[in-house]
This record gives sequence, structure tokens and C-alpha cells, in this order.
Amino acid sequence: MSLLQVTGLTRRFGGLVAVNRLDFAVESGEILGLIGPNGAGKTTVFSLLTGFLRPDHGSIVFDGASLVSLSPHKICLRGMVRTFQNLKPFPKLTIRENVMVGALARTADRELSARHVAEALELMGLTNMADRMPNELPIGHLKMLEMAKALATKPRLLLLDEPYAGLTPAEGSHFGDLLLKIRNSGVTICLIEHVMRYVMALCHRIVVLHHGEKIAEGQAAAVANDPAVIKAYLGKAYAGS
Amino acid sequence: MRKLVLALLVVIALAIYPLVVTNHFFLHLSIMALMYALLGMSWNLLGGYTGQISFGHAAFFGTGAYTSTILLLRYGISPWLGMLVGAVFAVLLSLPLGWLTFRLRGPYFALSTLAFAEVVRVIVYNWDSLTGGGDGLNILADLGGIVRFYYIILTLTVAGVLVMRGCVRSRWGYFLNAIREDEDAAEALGVPATRMKLIVLAISAFFVALAGSFFASYQLYINPDLVYESQISIQMIVVTIVGGIGTLEGPVVGALVIVPLSEYFRGLSPVANPLIYGLFIVIFMMFLPEGIVSRIRSLLGRRAPAVAEEHKQVGAGV
Repeated sequence: MSLLQVTGLTRRFGGLVAVNRLDFAVESGEILGLIGPNGAGKTTVFSLLTGFLRPDHGSIVFDGASLVSLSPHKICLRGMVRTFQNLKPFPKLTIRENVMVGALARTADRELSARHVAEALELMGLTNMADRMPNELPIGHLKMLEMAKALATKPRLLLLDEPYAGLTPAEGSHFGDLLLKIRNSGVTICLIEHVMRYVMALCHRIVVLHHGEKIAEGQAAAVANDPAVIKAYLGKAYAGS
Repeated sequence: MRKLVLALLVVIALAIYPLVVTNHFFLHLSIMALMYALLGMSWNLLGGYTGQISFGHAAFFGTGAYTSTILLLRYGISPWLGMLVGAVFAVLLSLPLGWLTFRLRGPYFALSTLAFAEVVRVIVYNWDSLTGGGDGLNILADLGGIVRFYYIILTLTVAGVLVMRGCVRSRWGYFLNAIREDEDAAEALGVPATRMKLIVLAISAFFVALAGSFFASYQLYINPDLVYESQISIQMIVVTIVGGIGTLEGPVVGALVIVPLSEYFRGLSPVANPLIYGLFIVIFMMFLPEGIVSRIRSLLGRRAPAVAEEHKQVGAGV
């Protein structure tokens, strides 16, 4: 059974169909890429999955249980957590306190939550700046902070919304190693990304969205050569060549 | 540890105070200052820590005042019990308000508190048979001397400090901070934001209503303009902001500064009072916008502890 099974997911905003009858699954232990041109509905899908938006139709089954109509915090506690495309640190809390929020939402046990925080900080390389404030950190570290906050909730499925955006190329390749490390620690990952190079290198499978619909799905190389995908990204003229 | 000793010394000093100072006016000032400290810290838990700004807390104050007074006058129920019933009433009043507005992001809560307080005031004003309408209610009983009232409000305020401290030093402290800073991010990390806001609103309403009941028993007379007045809501906010919003000590310090000042200006000239008082607030906001407590902290080179120190130590030790 898939860890996450999405069937017929549909969401309209007025006359615009942002997500249209979308089916896809995330298998336990994989890194799945969700790609597509701007406005394809990728972030909307994440918001639907995590309860920030209600779907008009369709089902979302996580670990055998339906998530539709659950509020975001309950979905997080079920084991699926998202990060946001725009950074959302809590500016008046230190780095450690930022990470503490999710850890304490998971467990009231202080020693256990402190251990979760320490692990998350360590993994994301933030341990030696744990008592600094977010506004003292460069953007690359703030991206790591978002990851650490999410990891401290002890998720089984991590939804990352453009985690590479804003990272330098050097930071980017290091980040890929980090994602593999996180995956190897038993956390399944689904990520939205624009930079094809990273997606190709990292993801086992890719789902391509365009105008809210799935236009391709499969192994990275196959998807990249799919005429429908090339057309969606580059325009009709390139699709045949 | 040093803070605990300091806090104990302050409480002991406040307990001895009425034995030393017997001047009626000074005792009255202290009672009002302590009451506004309690009101301010209750408002602060919701407005300062959780970021849910209420302009209508007078509704809870008035409800506390009217409930205990009506229970006493009509049914002869002791104000002690009436005080608790009033606080429970205020909580019951606060929950639908929060339930309706807290799901919405944005200023809906702040706006609806304003309307809410006005609606409650108008109802009380017009429900003559129960509330005496604009004539108000007179308590024709001797409920004790001023020193007794001083100790009652001191006890309530200390209880308030302990409860507020318990809230913000537990894991709730992290949740409330996170909700204030970014509610979506907090929700995404598993924080039950709506439920937390409702709980905090209820606690806040509870203590404000206790203060309202106290006020009624102390003054022996209430009417809608006295206890549902928007000035009361505003004074809670002023006390908190002047002292230091989002700090435990802030509302206490703010009340000790603001209440004597506003009483002094009122004595100086009843007509010019709002003007002078308003001017003072403006000057204060210009030069000390972060509040007294936060300014002292930053002068001492310390960051306001946003959340539990004991948590930090546990976290640092691992």
C-alpha cells in the first residue's frame, strides 16, 4: 500500500480549476518530484494535502486513513508535514525555540522533545547557531531552519515546497546529500522543484503538472523526454524535435 | 532563583503595605493599580503573547460585575460565589465570540470584539428588569473595609500572575508565540491554533470578570457606563503597552505607573484630564514604544525570554 494515495483531487477557485482530477501516489521510502511550469497548481496540491485548503472533490489517504476535512495541525500529527515556499521563521524566537514549537506539538515530554530538536538541528547543521535569532542568519540557513522545524515534528512524509530556491549552487548540492540522509533515516519525501537538474539527480519518480492536470509521471529520464512535458515547459515548437 | 527571591520580596512588601500606609487615598490608588495589573496581564495573555488584539474586554469586566451583583441583590448569594459564577459566565460569553472569529485570519477578531462589547453594553442598558438599566445597581450592604479589599485584589492579582506564568512557561508559551508570529506556520507544525486561541481567550475573560466582580463589590455601585465603558478596555491595553507587551512583568509595572498618573491628572483638572493623559501616552509611545520592562531588559543587554527558561536549559543540555 502506498504511504499517500491521492485520487481524483480537484479544487476550483471561482472559474479557474487549479487542480483537476489529480491521481498520484507516494511510496514509502522514495523521493518523489512534483514539477510543472509556474501556475501549474503544485503549491495548491500541497495546501490541499495538508488541510490548508479543502478539496472540492477527491480523496487523500495517508497511511490508510482519509485526511480530507482534517485541520492542518491534525494532519501534521498524523505524520505529514509541509514547508512553505516563502520562509516562515518565528522572528522573535531563537533558532532552537523555533524548532521547539513543532517538537512540543508532537510530544509534551520535555526530554524527548529536546532530543528531537537537538537531532533536527544537528542534521541541518544549525547546532552552533541554535541560540541566535532568525534575523541574524543568511537565507541558506533559514531554509535549513524550515527543514529542521518540520523534521522536529517527527514526520513520516515530508512535503518540501521549492527547497532549493534561494540556495547557491554549492549549497544546492550539499542540500541534495542532506535530503538523501533524511530519506535514509526513514522519512519519505515529496518535493516541488523548478530546477530540473536537482530533480533529475535526486528523485526516483516525477509527477508533472500542467494547468492543474497530471500530464506525465514516471522515471526522471523518461519524463524529461516526454513530448507533452517539453511542450508544457518550452512551447509547442520544441515538442517535435 | 534570584528572580524568585525578588518576586517573593515584592509580594511580602505589598502584603505589609496597608499596615504601614493607612491613608485612604493611597490605599484606593493601590487597589486600582493592582486591579489594572490583573486586567492588563489578562489582556496581555491574549493580546501580547498570542497576538489576538481585543478592544472589547470591558464586556467581560462588566459581565463579572453585573453577575455577582445581581446574584447578591436578588438571591442573596455571597459575592465570593458570585465572582466565580460571573467568571464562568464571561467564559461562556467569550467562547462563541472566539469560535466565530478565530477561524478567520486577519483583523476579524479585533473588529468583532469592538462590536461585541457594544452589543453587550446595550443589552445590559436596556434590560431594566434585570440590570436596573441606566440607573445601575446599588449594593446596600457592608462588604468590608478598604484594607480587606486591598488584600482581596492582591490575592487575585498574585493568582493571576501565577496562572499567566504557568501558561507562558509551559509548552503553551511556544505555541502562543508561534501563533502570534505566523499562524499558518504554527498550524503546519502541529500547533492547534484555533483551540489554543479559544483557551487563552477563556482564561483571559475569566480573570477580567473576576476583577469586574471585585470592582462592583468594592464600589458598591455599578451602571453600564461604569463597567462596560470602552475606556476600561483601552486602559488595559495602555497599561500593558506602557509596561511592556508580551512580558509577564509589563502589565504590573504599567499599572503602577499609569493608574496613579491618571488619578493624579483627574484630580488636577477634571476637564483637562483626558487631554493631559492623552498627551502623556503619546509622549510615552514616542520615546518608549517597546515598554518599560523591555527597555530595562535591553539596557541590561538581555533579550526578553520569549518562552520558558527551563525548556531552554533542557534543550541546551542535550
